[in-house]
Amino acid sequence: MEVLTISVDSIYVHKIWNEHELSKMIKKDIPYPMLSDQDGSIGKMYGIYDEDAGVETRGRFIIDPDGIVQGFEVLAPPVGRNVSESIRQIKAFQLVRESKGTEATPSGWKPGKKTLKPSPDLVGNVWKVWEVSEAFED
Amino acid sequence: MPEEFRPGCQQPMIKKKKVEETAPESQATIKEEKTMIKVGKPAPDFTASAYYQGKFMNISLSEYIGRWVFICFYPGDFTFV
Repeated sequence: MEVLTISVDSIYVHKIWNEHELSKMIKKDIPYPMLSDQDGSIGKMYGIYDEDAGVETRGRFIIDPDGIVQGFEVLAPPVGRNVSESIRQIKAFQLVRESKGTEATPSGWKPGKKTLKPSPDLVGNVWKVWEVSEAFED
Repeated sequence: MPEEFRPGCQQPMIKKKKVEETAPESQATIKEEKTMIKVGKPAPDFTASAYYQGKFMNISLSEYIGRWVFICFYPGDFTFV
């Protein structure tokens, strides 16, 4: 998994932010590239550029090895993301891909929990193999 | 692969796809639909300057074919959330 972050700040501001704040939070340099999109053109392509404020909203995109978008989420600036949920989704998409589509992850799935194997037999029978409570347990 | 560059007095030039010429409105609408992000569809490619572990470089999304990529947009450096 490769991480890329993007904002409208210049690469020089990225450098100083890393040096003066982020590296102090994590006790090392930011381990992924920090991209600059000063004219917002990338943000516009991804539908998350706020023209009025001149900034990019909290959009995040999961892209598979074929370059295909598998998932995205966009939040308005004041609310931060749930990183654990993003990681859970990435692991789920990776599992599905590795299974070549023979497995699917039901609601509430996380690594270690059971997957479903879609087939004609499963139609109408999910209730036999999966309980609603599994969507809510940790 | 990303190539390092040395900063000058200006932001380095990045070859961006030419902005398409203003088209009649009907075509413009079609264009907008084309650029909408959808799951199951290709992620739009881009090239951008980047800061990465002490270096400045240009990075294109297309360089990452073959790997999972997580792109994270945010409002600005030195913000709180």
